[in-house]
This record gives sequence, structure tokens and C-alpha cells, in this order.
Amino acid sequence: MYINPMKNGLKKFTEAITEKILLFSSGITTLTVILIVIFLFKEGMGLFSSPDIEEGYVLAVNQENPINQLTPEESMEVFDSKITSWKELGGKEEDILVFRLSDVTNYADETSLGDEFQFLPHVLDSIITVNPGIIAFIPQQYIDSTFTGKILNNGHITAESFFDGKYWYPTASPSPLFGLLPLISGTLWISLFAILIALPFGLAVAIYMAELANQRTRKIIKPIIELLAGIPSVVYGFFGLVVLVPLVQKVFNLPVGESGLVGSIILAIMALPTIITVAEDAIRTTPRSMREASLALGANHWQTIYKVVLPYSMSGITAAAVLGIGRAIGETMAVLMVSGNAAIIPSSLLEPMRTIPATIAAELGEAPVGGIHYKALFLLGCILFILTLIISISVELINTRKKA
Amino acid sequence: MAQPNMCITSHNVNFYYGSFHALKNINMDIAPNTVTALIGPSGCGKSTFLRLFNRMNDLIDGARMTGEILINGQNIYDSHVDVDELRKNVGMVFQKPNPFPKSIFENVAYGLRVNGVKDKKMIERRVEESLKGAALWDEVKDKLKKSAFELSGGQQQRLCIARALAISPSVLLMDEPASALDPISTLKIEELIYELKKSYTIVIVTHNMQQAGRISDKTAFFYLGELIEYDDTKKMFLNPAQQATQNYITGRFG
Amino acid sequence: MKKKQVTQNIAFWIFRIFSFTVVGILFWILGFIISKGIQVINWDFLTQPPTDGMTGGGIFPAIMGTLYLTIGSIIVAFPIGVLSGIYINEYAANNWFVKLIRIMTTNLSSVPSIVFGLFGMALFVNTLGFGDSIIAGSLTLGLLTLPVVIRVTEEALHAIDDSFRTASYALGATKLQTIRKVILPMALPNIMTGLILSIGRVSGETAPILFTAVAYFLPKLPSSIFDQVMALPYHLYVISTSGTDLAASRPIAYGTALVLIVIILIINIIATLLRNYFGKKVKTNF
Repeated sequence: MYINPMKNGLKKFTEAITEKILLFSSGITTLTVILIVIFLFKEGMGLFSSPDIEEGYVLAVNQENPINQLTPEESMEVFDSKITSWKELGGKEEDILVFRLSDVTNYADETSLGDEFQFLPHVLDSIITVNPGIIAFIPQQYIDSTFTGKILNNGHITAESFFDGKYWYPTASPSPLFGLLPLISGTLWISLFAILIALPFGLAVAIYMAELANQRTRKIIKPIIELLAGIPSVVYGFFGLVVLVPLVQKVFNLPVGESGLVGSIILAIMALPTIITVAEDAIRTTPRSMREASLALGANHWQTIYKVVLPYSMSGITAAAVLGIGRAIGETMAVLMVSGNAAIIPSSLLEPMRTIPATIAAELGEAPVGGIHYKALFLLGCILFILTLIISISVELINTRKKA
Repeated sequence: MAQPNMCITSHNVNFYYGSFHALKNINMDIAPNTVTALIGPSGCGKSTFLRLFNRMNDLIDGARMTGEILINGQNIYDSHVDVDELRKNVGMVFQKPNPFPKSIFENVAYGLRVNGVKDKKMIERRVEESLKGAALWDEVKDKLKKSAFELSGGQQQRLCIARALAISPSVLLMDEPASALDPISTLKIEELIYELKKSYTIVIVTHNMQQAGRISDKTAFFYLGELIEYDDTKKMFLNPAQQATQNYITGRFG
Repeated sequence: MKKKQVTQNIAFWIFRIFSFTVVGILFWILGFIISKGIQVINWDFLTQPPTDGMTGGGIFPAIMGTLYLTIGSIIVAFPIGVLSGIYINEYAANNWFVKLIRIMTTNLSSVPSIVFGLFGMALFVNTLGFGDSIIAGSLTLGLLTLPVVIRVTEEALHAIDDSFRTASYALGATKLQTIRKVILPMALPNIMTGLILSIGRVSGETAPILFTAVAYFLPKLPSSIFDQVMALPYHLYVISTSGTDLAASRPIAYGTALVLIVIILIINIIATLLRNYFGKKVKTNF
């Protein structure tokens, strides 16, 4: 009598189908994370197999020149005329003569190149043969089989040159430079200082909300914190740009107001809601019995807070700080708008700085899809992804330890 | 083994929460149209036993049962049994009144609707019958569309009983149905149980000895997962066969 | 005894001052943008396209673009997110698969928005060939919002006492019936509040749509989901940092910022009212 095969079958079928649909939906986040990893790393890792010279170009020198290869930094300094003698590069005592394709008209008149530049390879060859100190940055297509100069070997972009590189000149020629150091230091400076500002404020508000404020005040402040979290980052950026940047410029008497400091201040405001909410929750979880025990022993409210409540909620507060750093590291638009974006390893917070997300946002639009610059920006995305993953895992660990 | 005229028969029932042996070899027969009280200290297994009758323990992870339970002659743990159909036949009332956040009418109609009843007239009739059966009709007949949360605690619990009656069960399980109520509401529930006995077989878990004494025909005393004693309520309370039963009952009475 | 009390007073006053500073900062930002923006906003500003190289006219195409992108991302995120939340809270056993889903959802929620932008560009714009379009932007924004929607749903469902589930099962309802007829209706106010707040977040996001959807200037409204759009946050970014004439477009920037703020304000007020009306607490932080 509890068996009803017809109805039973249909019902079970609907239930099973629904469960499959729900299961599939909940798999989508996992799928997305996997796709993000695949796409980011596929593009990003491509950087390391790319030649370290602009694609389709070669560096050529005179046959007699003993130099076989230049590092990207060396070629940059050569073409910026910071290195002027081959001797500095371990070659002969000979001045360096820098040659780009556009210089060809200084050496030969246009008619000698032919109507369709069919004689250009020959002209280039002779220019290189005649000048022993020359270094020529020319398209590969103009090198033909009769070329008598020497083509420098090009290397590949290495992990070392990326992680240890001090320069980020993605559009430099002949060799673009993709050094992570200025960007990662900009990111860390701005984020860490932002937390340094935000933490005391966030903690104070959290304590105030959890311990001191009455129901009515809390009901007013809570939505305000929520609103603070809801304001779009471009609006923060805009506010920073029109209010804080001129202010900081005036107060510190700076040539430009856009600086790491303004970035940190804006990020601190943006990280506040996260810190406050997480820290407040942590403070609230302190068992009532613990508080009462402390009060019963004659401790006053403040002593109870800092001797019992704060130590008890320390792991939650740590999680709040780490989460705040995570928010700050990943924040893009506001930082892009106020921190000046100079890709230089900073020596003071008052200098313009550039973070990893800001670099991606500022440059991706101009990087040709699939090119070396594009790949480099995806690699930055990978770095950012890994950084935030580490942070997310640390928070997870802090929280599990708290439960244990 | 199973006696033919019994409503519920439990045969060699063992129950485990993971490695914890919660019920040990329970054998018990319950006659139709009787009230059986399950008593015993907290954690003795009486609620667990009650929840076996409508397979509510199926919802618990890592729980395991051996033995068999027959209701109206059919093994409800047979693999062919449709649990939803079973639960239709075995109503349950919980410790705290837990009406759904719906109207009074919809609360009672819920069980019918989820079991596929579409006929409006039929639903209206069953709702009225059930509310009358739960002695609540006169109090709510003018506000059937109002939220169930507007009722008092005692009314809410009678609504939950009406909700259980609507699907016409043959067995009614009650898990401490009056423990969250005031004395007057409790009395009303007890009177109701006495009435309901005419149409239903009732199994009730209670902590209240006087209540067990007042309303039940038979009483089962559980201790540490074992069924210590099971007999007519009068005999149990006046002249228990086991010392443990005596201690528990007197301890509670005193 | 006396000293103890003095320390406490000092400490508590510091907390109060810091708290009111934070509140003050919000009012400073709001007050600044409202007072500057209000002078610009009029009917034409809201209903006309930009003119004179972004130094005149209105922001109508940007408002519409943001509307399209927000609706698009809602279509992507809400059904999937709510269904996932139901699965995780109501169905999932405590096995490795569910743990994986949970970890992945947490991880996805910590991925910075610019990384979503990169991902959306690589997958939707380039690999799937949607180009910079409403659909690519909506999908990217939708995936970004997904973890928030899941979290909101999960928490709302989690807050419902198990006794309602048990009571429904005891009446012979199946799991699906229980969820549909009892649990979801009860959780709905809290889910709604959370979803409304997530709409606020989506409408202000810039980084994910930079390379997937937006254009600097479009004279016409989009005609299909494969068209590019203008968007309010991007518009604000562009005209405040890289316009042809920054000083001349500054008033437009104030107006745009005010429109964004007003959207957020309205959304937050609705959410707060909804929550107070139903008297339940919803967590809204990411």
C-alpha cells in the first residue's frame, strides 16, 4: 500500500532531473575557475617562449664585430645611447653607431632603393659592411641570402628576466622589457600601506559597533558601511583624482599629486567595509560566558575587550586584515586613476607608482592580440590570480584553525 | 512473528548513529487505536525509535538500521517502499509548533497539495474536517486566510496536528507535542489526543510522567537504548516489574 | 580604580572618533559628488548623447549601456547562482565533490575583477569570437557576480530552521516539493535583498568590461547583443582621465559620478527597506 509504481516513477524522475540540473549549475563556478586558469596561463606562459626582440626584426652588426648576442637591457641601453662604445659590451674599442630602418635615407637616396624597395636589402648590406661600429635594427624580410653582416643571436624571454627584471618597457624597441619588479613593488607598497591606514580605523569601528554602539546607532552605521562597500571604484578614483590628488600635491609640495600615497588612502577607504564586517563578526563570536567571567573578576569593559575579546577574536581579525589586503591588491580602476602609473621601482610613497592590475587595465587595450605584450599582460594576470589565491587560502586556513 | 491484529510491529530493531549503538534489539507491538507513551531519560533512544516509524532517520548522515518495522503488516524498510507514501500514512507532530509561513488554510492543505490532490472542493472539505478533528475549527473558521503565525502557541500546535490529520494517516506520531506549551494549552492537546485515539493509532514521546499516566494505554520505558519495560500504563505506574522503571517513575513523580 | 576608568574612557572615545571619521568620509564623498553633480543634471543630460568631443551633451547612451550590461549579467548569474546555492545547501552531501565546489566558489569570489576582464577577453571576445559586445560583457560580469549570488542564496537557505524541512517531509512531501513550497518562499526576502545589492555592484564594475564590452563613444544605441556599448563607470573613467579637454568635460564627469551614486543609493535603500520590512539580517559583504 505504500507502493505506487506509476506516480513513484514520475516523481522520482522529476526529482532526479532537478538534482542533476542543480548539480550542473553548482559545477559552473568550478568550471569557470578552471577556464580562467587555462586561458590565463596558456596566454601568459607563452611569453617565456617568445624571442626577446620585437617579432620579425633582427639586430645586425658588422662581420668583424666579435659580439654575438646582447641582452634586452644591453640593447635598450645601446639604442638609448647610454652605452656608446662596444668596449663596454666586451667588444673592440669602437664607437657604437645606432641604425634604424628609418635612418636609411641618411645613407642612401630614395631612388637607389628602387621603386618597390627591391634594392633595400642590398643597400642595408653595404651600410653594415662599411660601418664597423654599426648596430642595425631592421626587419628580417630585408635580409637576403647574400647578406654579409652578422646577425646577432636573439635569446628568449626567461622567467628570470621577468621575475627579476627592473624595467617594464613593454613597447621599447628593439627589445621590449617585461620586468615584474617595479609593478609588484608598486602593488605591495600601495596595498600594504593601505592596510596600515585601514586597519586601525576598521578595527576601531568594528569594536565600536560590536561593543559600544547601541541598537539605534548600529542601525544607522551598518547601512553606511554597506553603502561605502557599494560605491563603484571609478567613483572612488574620481573623488581621489579631483579632491585628494590636489590636496596631497599641496600638502607635500610635490611636482605631481598622483602618487602611491593617494592610491593607498583610496584603497584604505575601499578596504574598510570588508575589514569592519569581518572583524565585527569575529568580535561578536566571543562567548558571553567568557566576557562575564572577566567582568565578574572585576575587569572593566575596556580591560575585558583587550584582554579577553580581542585575543579571542584575533584569528578573525587577522582574516579581516588579510582579506583587506586581497581586496587592495586586486583593485584596479581607483588605483589606476590616482597613483600616477610610473613603472619605476619606488623609493618613497610620494612617488607615482603603478600596480599590476592598473598596468593590465592601462595597456591591454593597446596590446595587439596574441602579441608578446598581450602575453606579458596575461602573465601579470596569472601573478595576480596566484597572489589572490594565496590570500584566499590563507584566510581559509586562518578560519579552519579558528574552528579547531 | 508479527501478530496479525497489531498496527505497528517492531522486530529486532537495532539502530546506529555512526558507531554509536542507539537502539538495542527492540521488539514491540502496538495495537490499533491505542495511545502508547514512550518514556525515559534524555538520550535513551525514545525519540529515535519514534522517528523510525516514518523513516525520518533516513535524513541523517551515517545512520543505519537493522531489523524490521511493520506497519499494518507491511515492512516499511522494504526497498520497494515509497517513503513519501509511507509518510502520508504516518503523520507526525513535533516538539515545537512549526507551522509554515503560510495561511492557516494553506498549512492544512499543504499535505494534500504535495500529494497531488487538486480538487478544490475536496481540499476545502478535508481542511475543515481536519481543523475540526484538531478541535481548532471554531477558533479559526473566520480567519482561514490569516497567517498561521498569528495563532497562539497552543493553537499553532493544534494546527500542526490538523495539518498531520489532513492527509488521513492511520498512525500519528507525537514527539513531545506539549513540551513547549503552557498548562492550559497542554490540557487541550491531551483532551484532543484522547479524542483522536478513536480514529488513529497514536505513539507519543513525553518527558512528563503525569501526562503519560493520564493519556496512554500502554507505556514503554527506554533506558540507554534498551527497551526496559513495556506494559499497560496502569500496571507500569503502580507496579513496575523492573527496578529501573520504578526509579525513573518515582524520581520523576517525586 | 580611577586610572582604569580613565584608560577606558580614552580608548572608547578613540573608537567613537574613528567611527565617526569613517561615517564622515562617506558623507564627504557623497556630499562632494552630489553638490557638484546636481548643478549638471537635468533632463537633457539624462536623455541626450554626448556632443563636442565629450565636453557637452548628456550621457544617455552610457546609462542605457549600463542597463543592458546589468540586465545581461543578471540573466547569466541569477538562475545559475540561485540553483547552485540550492544545491549546495539542500542537496549536497559532505563529500569531496561538494568541498571542491565550495573551495572553487570561494576562490572565484576572490579573483580580482581585472582578471575577469582578461579572462572574458580571451574566452568570449577572442576565442568564441563575440568581439567587444554586450554579450561578452554580460557573460564576464555574470561570472564575476556568480559567487555573490551563490553565497547570498546559501546563507538565506541556511538561516531556515530544519524543523520546517522535517515537518514537510513528515507530511509526505518530497525534497523538491519541500524546497519549492516551503523553503524557497521563506528564503525569498533574504535572497532578494542580497540579489538587489549584487545588482548595485555589477552596475558599477569597470575593469571586467574594459576589454569585453565598452566603447569610448558611440553615436547610436546598440541594435543587437553583439554590439559594443557605452557604460557609465567607463564613461566616468575616460572623461576624467583621458578626454581631449579635461577641464571642459569635468562637469560631465561630476554628473556621471552623481548618476552612479544615485543608482547605488537607490539600490541600497531598497535593500535596507526590504530587510527591515522582513526583519531578517542578510550578509552583504563579499
